[in-house]
Amino acid sequence: MRNIYADNAATTALYKEVLDKMMPYLTTVYGNPSSLYRIGGEAKEAVETARERIASLIGAKSPSEVYFTSGGSESDNWAIKGAARALKKKGKTHIITTKFEHHAVLHTCHALKKEGFEITYLDVYENGIVRPEDVERAIREDTAIVSVMYANNEIGTVQPIKEIGEICRRHKVLFHTDAVQAMGNVPINVEEQNIDMLSMTAHKLHGPKGIGALYIRKGFRPQILIDGGAQERGMRAGTENVAGIVGFAEALRIAIDTMDERRERVSALRDRLIDKLLLIERSRLNGDREQRLPGNLNMCFEGIEGESLLLRLDMNGICASSGSACTSGSLDPSHVLLAIGLPHEIAHGSLRLSFSDDITEEDIDYIAEKVDETVKYLRAMSPLWEAIKEKERRA
Amino acid sequence: MAYSEKVMDYFSNPRNVGEIKDADGIGEVGNSRCGDIMKMYIKVDDSGVITDCKFKTFGCGAAIATSSMATTLIKGKTVDEALKLTNKAVMEALDGLPPVKVHCSVLAEEAIKAALSDYYTRKGIDPEPIVGKIESHDHEDLACDL
Repeated sequence: MRNIYADNAATTALYKEVLDKMMPYLTTVYGNPSSLYRIGGEAKEAVETARERIASLIGAKSPSEVYFTSGGSESDNWAIKGAARALKKKGKTHIITTKFEHHAVLHTCHALKKEGFEITYLDVYENGIVRPEDVERAIREDTAIVSVMYANNEIGTVQPIKEIGEICRRHKVLFHTDAVQAMGNVPINVEEQNIDMLSMTAHKLHGPKGIGALYIRKGFRPQILIDGGAQERGMRAGTENVAGIVGFAEALRIAIDTMDERRERVSALRDRLIDKLLLIERSRLNGDREQRLPGNLNMCFEGIEGESLLLRLDMNGICASSGSACTSGSLDPSHVLLAIGLPHEIAHGSLRLSFSDDITEEDIDYIAEKVDETVKYLRAMSPLWEAIKEKERRA
Repeated sequence: MAYSEKVMDYFSNPRNVGEIKDADGIGEVGNSRCGDIMKMYIKVDDSGVITDCKFKTFGCGAAIATSSMATTLIKGKTVDEALKLTNKAVMEALDGLPPVKVHCSVLAEEAIKAALSDYYTRKGIDPEPIVGKIESHDHEDLACDL
């Protein structure tokens, strides 16, 4: 049986080259970067070299604008809570975000609402793309921060970040973007795109888990995240995850070096699969077809439920994901699919496949065959499908 | 969340999938908005024995496994015995369910009851005193049970 990992938006495999770079910092150069002796100094140097590389890869002016964190969720929490609480003193108590952010942003906003902030959730329309003019219209005198994700984690739609950044700059409002899914897949430049804060993580780009960073533009100082030490310029105390930091920088370097070629190859294969799966009756692609991450496919198949589709794909060696209520761990299907206007019953039947550069044409054709087979099988036992067909006959 | 081997078995190779054309009772519960619908068909002979039972389900792995298990538990039983089927019995027969999936077993019990209720109605017997009230699940604004 084939074994196809098609859930790279959840996490990715660690590249061997990345692990090789990390190993010395787990075994021989294990010193604490804050220590004076040589293996401490070497560790410190490794951290600072990684910081410089990451800063340069995202187009930051200075390495001191990159703060290491444990990953995307921490970066999102820090960016928004840190900025909101710092700006509250200046009377700024309004936050603008979108309806389809990652929960790390949405739940952070819910928490801030309890602290007295007012939140505006922007529409993302049927194509899953925020309209810059909506951002401009929502900005008020008391707006503290605008947070719009770079690319959506479920439907892969890429947002007009540069335009939104320009608007925020013009109105002197802080702009944060969660770039966890976008990094290494689309070109990111914090200077050119007017980004004030950028959340990053390593494990979505073949780096290790548990390490990420927050870019914070010089001149702005959010609230301190962790007290207790001088690490990360006193903003986030704690002994650095040296091996993780080294691995993150290397993974990002590889991702950016190979981006153009990878994008072309992976998106062509992804398109091949979209075309094949769209041949299934009553199927639909979720999110804009053009403005989307190269490896992302998100589709709905009416009359079936996502979890049973995933389980049967798993029986065929395919690892995928769904936005059905059963897999989201809540009563409702994915908030992203509801935000783009899908009715509950259709959102329940969603499938997300996210590819990395190891995907092949044979894999794609195998997935197409298995999805088609499984959808047919599940529809044959679905009273909902029976009702849909009955309605068709009567119409 | 992990399913037991039994659940995976009944999900992967569901017993009694399908329809019974000349069924003596058909019951449908659940709704598409909440992500699960179960439809049960029963065939009952003159002595009140359920000779055949089939199901169709739209839903997650547990929804399919519980409805399939429910059909195997009542097949060959009398109508009176089938009335006593509980969601707990369905769960036990499947070696348990993850807590968030318990509602699937409740739905399976209700689906059997709905089919039995239809069976009595067709025979001209008021089912409510025997089966109890069958909840209607087809409101647009309903809240989904977990």
